[in-house]
Amino acid sequence: MISGMATSGGVAAPRDLRRDPKSGMVAGVCAGLGKRLNVDPVLLRIVFGATTLASGIGLVAYGLAWLLIPAAQDAGAVSATQVRRSRRGAVEVALGVGFLLLAALLAFRELGLPFSDVLIWPLTLVAAGGALIWRQSIVSPGAVAEGAPLAVSRAAASASAPASAGGPAVAEAEPRPVVISRIGIGVVLVIAAAIVFLQFSGALAAATDVALAALVVAIAFGVIFAPWVVRLATSLSAERAERIRSQERAEVAAHLHDSVLQTLALVQKRASDPREVAALARRQERELRSWLSGAAPRDAGERRLAAALETAAEEIEQAHGVPVDVVAVGDAPLDRDGEALVAAAREAMLNAAKFGEGAAVAVYAEAVGARLQVFVRDRGPGFDLAAVPADRRGVRESIIGRMQRHGGRATINASPGGGTEVELVVERSAS
Amino acid sequence: MSGAPRVALVDDHELFRAGVRSELDGLVDVVGDAANVADAIALIGELQPDVVLLDVHMPDGGGLEVIRRLRASGTASGVQFLALSVSDAAEDVIAVIRAGARGYVTKTISGADLADAVRRVHGGDAVFSPRLAGFVLDAFAGAAPAAVADRDAELDALTPREREVLQHIARGYMYKEIALRLGISAKTVEAHVSAVLRKLQLSSRHELSRWAAERRIG
Repeated sequence: MISGMATSGGVAAPRDLRRDPKSGMVAGVCAGLGKRLNVDPVLLRIVFGATTLASGIGLVAYGLAWLLIPAAQDAGAVSATQVRRSRRGAVEVALGVGFLLLAALLAFRELGLPFSDVLIWPLTLVAAGGALIWRQSIVSPGAVAEGAPLAVSRAAASASAPASAGGPAVAEAEPRPVVISRIGIGVVLVIAAAIVFLQFSGALAAATDVALAALVVAIAFGVIFAPWVVRLATSLSAERAERIRSQERAEVAAHLHDSVLQTLALVQKRASDPREVAALARRQERELRSWLSGAAPRDAGERRLAAALETAAEEIEQAHGVPVDVVAVGDAPLDRDGEALVAAAREAMLNAAKFGEGAAVAVYAEAVGARLQVFVRDRGPGFDLAAVPADRRGVRESIIGRMQRHGGRATINASPGGGTEVELVVERSAS
Repeated sequence: MSGAPRVALVDDHELFRAGVRSELDGLVDVVGDAANVADAIALIGELQPDVVLLDVHMPDGGGLEVIRRLRASGTASGVQFLALSVSDAAEDVIAVIRAGARGYVTKTISGADLADAVRRVHGGDAVFSPRLAGFVLDAFAGAAPAAVADRDAELDALTPREREVLQHIARGYMYKEIALRLGISAKTVEAHVSAVLRKLQLSSRHELSRWAAERRIG
């Protein structure tokens, strides 16, 4: 019948048979069929109505069509309400199938066909429970195979939609317990049907003995095999945990090998040069620290003040073997003025490293509000700006001039207690 | 203070303990060392040193655990703690300070500076390394004097002067240099730093803990 066309065909053409719940009266079966067959849905509704009144067959056919013809996905993405509706779908369909079958069987009995209560009630229960289990299990594989998020495009949805309404969205969004409990209800319904049937047919007494025997055997087997099963389960989970651990260990080992062990080898080679060794150790420390903190690689994404200063400090440190410590309070993305600030700060660090006589350089950056401020301080002998020859472009051009061109300022102070401090300030443009 | 402060050293790395011992030799009086939390508690309870140099990271709970247990048992009321770590992680710094340590220095500190820090802690002052000062400024950065009406507001924000002092520490200035620059006495600088430490320990701002949590490892 109708459903055969939709399901066993298997190939999902663009003009596939779909229910149209939006323009339909009940579930959109007639509207969808009408669209597919180019017939006025009202005609089909009359046919369904007439056959229902005559023998009940129309109602059964409608129910089956409702169950088996997938609903049309109208929008580009599956809407939230649709998902919610299709979640309830399984239970509604099961109830629907049960009632429909009940109605049909009662109708047949009225017509004088040989149906007794012995058959009607169990069949109804079996149909409802079966529908519940069946629906759950056909929806799941389709959804798993799809593996796509809820925002499935229309094309993807119709290309791989399983033969039941709601399609890929249903099982995907559902938590496991819900699925399991629904299957559980289905199983209970089917078992209840079997018991009712046996009860009515008088075979229950005999079946009880068999069931009891089976139960006893099952319990015996359970007792025998339980420890083994438990042990198997625990050893499986232990093995899994061990596998995860060893994977993590391998990852850490790989990183340590590429970084720390290499550095240690270098340290051994350069043991005669303490400054070089100290620089190597500091570089490794920086690298390890940023790895431990899970920081993103420096070159990824936009440049930010703290990271840019840290990079500059690292370069200076490597080039001149002088420790450069960066302390940053707050952080900000760098615009052009910010980049100029970092470049000037780098120049100041370079000066401090060159003329600071090997003493550590302290860099302090503060990004509060719109103001970016950087202090670069060394503990060297200090220098008198006025005494710096005019051709020394380093300070005048790369630091003071650069800051002025970008609307900032640079101040150079000789510190009491020795050393020099360069202060750089720029206002961030409001963007 | 009378004479050199008596110092106990708690660190799980033997090599590091030996290194610090030899560096501090003649500068302070290292009276004992311990390699784990349990030994440290026994040692400190028995020796009652003036200052404990405390490694933050140890396998069985670390410096935080040592301070907590000693504070809980009340057996080390006269003992000051100075945290010492390779880690600059903000959460470690804040946690150990809030537990009661008077300062925090990194293990790369020179022997002379370490001895100086020990003496300062022994004298009741706080020891802020530049990085710690940066952390604290960052932690209090969101606390503009907005909640002035609050009873705890005094604890929740830094005064302009305290900020200034911390900024100078972060910029690499020694206390004496800061005093010169700001035209105040070194004692006043120390008083400001101690006030900041007190706020750090007593403030109940959840911003503080949230801040530390966000920078899980600095």
